[in-house]
Amino acid sequence: MALSIEDIKKIAHLARIEVSESEAQVTLTKLTGIMGLIEQMQAVDTTGISPMSHSQDVVQRLRDDVVTKTNERALFQQNAPATADGLYLVPKVIE
Amino acid sequence: MINSSLKQFSQMLAKKEISSVELTQVFLNRIDSLNPNINAYIALDHAKTLAQAKAADARIAAGNVAPLTGIPIAQKDIFCAKGWQTTCGSKMLANFIAPYDAHVITQFDNVGAVNLGKTNMDEFAMGSSNETSYFGSVKNPWDFDRVPGGSSGGSAAAVAARLCAAATGTDTGGSIRQPASLCGFTGLKPTYGVVSRYGMIAFASSLDQAGPMAKSAEDCALMMNVMAGFDERDSTSLNREKEDYTRDLNKPLAGLKIGLPKEYFAEGLDASVGKVVMDAIAEYKKLGATIVDISLPNTGLSIPVYYVLAPAEASSNLSRYDGVRYGHRAAEYTDLNDMYSKTRAEGFGAEVKRRILIGTYVLSAGYYDAYYLKAQQIRRLIAQDFVEAFKQCDVIMGPAAPSTAFKAGEKVDDPVAMYLQDIYTISTNLAGLPGMSVPAGFSNGLPVGLQIIGNYFDEARMLNVAHQYQQVTDWHVQMPEGLA
Repeated sequence: MALSIEDIKKIAHLARIEVSESEAQVTLTKLTGIMGLIEQMQAVDTTGISPMSHSQDVVQRLRDDVVTKTNERALFQQNAPATADGLYLVPKVIE
Repeated sequence: MINSSLKQFSQMLAKKEISSVELTQVFLNRIDSLNPNINAYIALDHAKTLAQAKAADARIAAGNVAPLTGIPIAQKDIFCAKGWQTTCGSKMLANFIAPYDAHVITQFDNVGAVNLGKTNMDEFAMGSSNETSYFGSVKNPWDFDRVPGGSSGGSAAAVAARLCAAATGTDTGGSIRQPASLCGFTGLKPTYGVVSRYGMIAFASSLDQAGPMAKSAEDCALMMNVMAGFDERDSTSLNREKEDYTRDLNKPLAGLKIGLPKEYFAEGLDASVGKVVMDAIAEYKKLGATIVDISLPNTGLSIPVYYVLAPAEASSNLSRYDGVRYGHRAAEYTDLNDMYSKTRAEGFGAEVKRRILIGTYVLSAGYYDAYYLKAQQIRRLIAQDFVEAFKQCDVIMGPAAPSTAFKAGEKVDDPVAMYLQDIYTISTNLAGLPGMSVPAGFSNGLPVGLQIIGNYFDEARMLNVAHQYQQVTDWHVQMPEGLA
C-alpha cells in the first residue's frame, strides 16, 4: 500500500502534529522507506497464530479499594503551562 | 581509582579510606572537566548530589551500610527524580521538574546511593546513536568522531569514560546492549517485568525495561540487587521472590551449553566483529562450555514487527504531551486543536514525529489487521523460536550489534539503516527475554560486545557466564586512552 501526501496529512491530523507542505513531502519519503521495511511481514503466513501482546502470561492484579494518593495538586501544577485557581487553562472550547 | 569495581569502592568506603563526599567529588571533578566535550550528562546539581553523599557518609558512620551506600550512580534522564529536571531528551519536557521519584530512583535512594546527575539520551529513547536528543549528541569516549550508540548514549559514555561508578539505562529494542557494545562495558536488559517501570517515561510499554550499565558483570549483579523487585505501582511488575543476583557468579562453567544462532552470523554482520565474537566463544570452550548450533528463523522479521508495535504503543503513550498539564506549549495558536498541533510540532523532534505518525497509521481504521494484528502474531513466532532454542542450550550467544561504533551523522538521515543497528537485540525485547552485552575485544581500536541471551528469569546464570569470562579476560577493565 503506497502512502500518499494525503495520507501523511490525514495521520498528522489524527496525531495532532502540524506539518507544513515541505515537511509533509520529506515525511512521505521517510515513512515510505519505513513502511517498505514493515511490508516484509506480509510474506509470512500467520493463519491460526494467536496474537501476542505481552511476554508474560499474567492477569491484571486488583487491589483493595482504599485511598493511596494524597492531594499534590499545587506541586503538580508547577509544571503546567497555564493555571488559575487550581485549574488547568486551555483555549476556549465552548462559545 | 576511577577504574575500581563497585565492590572495591564499597570496601574503600567501609574502611574509611575515602568518604562518599570525597568519592563523589572525584567524579564531579571528572564530569566538570570532560562532560562539556562528551555531553554525557544533561542535568547536574552538585549541591543535591553532595547532600546525598553527606547523608551516605552519616549512614556509613552509623554502620547502616548496604552494598551501594555512598556510591555515585548516573541516572538516565528517562527516570523521574523528584526535584530534578527530567526531560527524556526532548524539548517537550525541557522545563519539566519531576514531582515524584521513579521506583528505580527510590530503590537507589533507599540503599543510600548517590545520584550524580541525569544522562543524555535519544529523544524519548527513540534512536540508536543518541543523535535525536534535543540536548545534542554524545561523543563515544573511544573515538570522539563516533556515536556512543543509543538510546542510553549518555549513560554509555559516562560508564566508558568513568564519569560515574555505574549507570542506569533502559532497553526497548537494544538501548542498553547496543551502546554497551559500542562503548565497551557490561550492560544487562532484564526479563520484562523484573524492574518496575513506575516513573520511567513510557515509550513502548510492552517492551520497555530498565537495567544496569556498568564495567563488569559483578557490578551489574550488585546493581540488579537494588533495581529489581516487585512494585505494585507498575501493573506489569512481576510479584516474585527477591533474588540475590550475585549468588551464582563464582560457579564453574563446565557443561554449559551455548547456542549459536546461525542467523546472528549471517549477512549484515561486520566480519571483524564476527571474529571477535568467535574468539570469545573459543574462550568459553576453554572454560568447559560446549557449542550447539541453533536457529532463530524469524530473526529478520523482528525489525518490521518492532517498527509496527513500538510506534503503535508510542503513538498512544505520547498522546499525553498536549501542552495542558505539563511540558512545552506553543506560544501562539487559534484554538484548542491548533494548540495541540503546534505544541506537538514544536515539542517533538523529527524521529519522534515519524514514529508517532507510523503508529497512528498502523492503528488507524482499516489497517489494524494488516499491521498491528499481523505484527502481534509474528511476535509470537519470534518468541516461540526462543522456546525451541532453549530446549537445546542454556544460553544463546552472538554479537550485540552488527558493527562497531559508526561515525556521527552517518545514519541519522536514514531511519531504516539506523533501525538495522538493533537486528540482534530487538527479538529479545519482543519475547521479553533477558539479554546482555559483555566487552569481548576490539576491532580497529573500537570495542565489540558479546551478547548473551538467557531464558526467562535466568539473569543470575547470565551474570555467572559473563563473570567467569571476565575472570580470564581483561576487556572490561580497559578504558579509552587519554581519559585515564
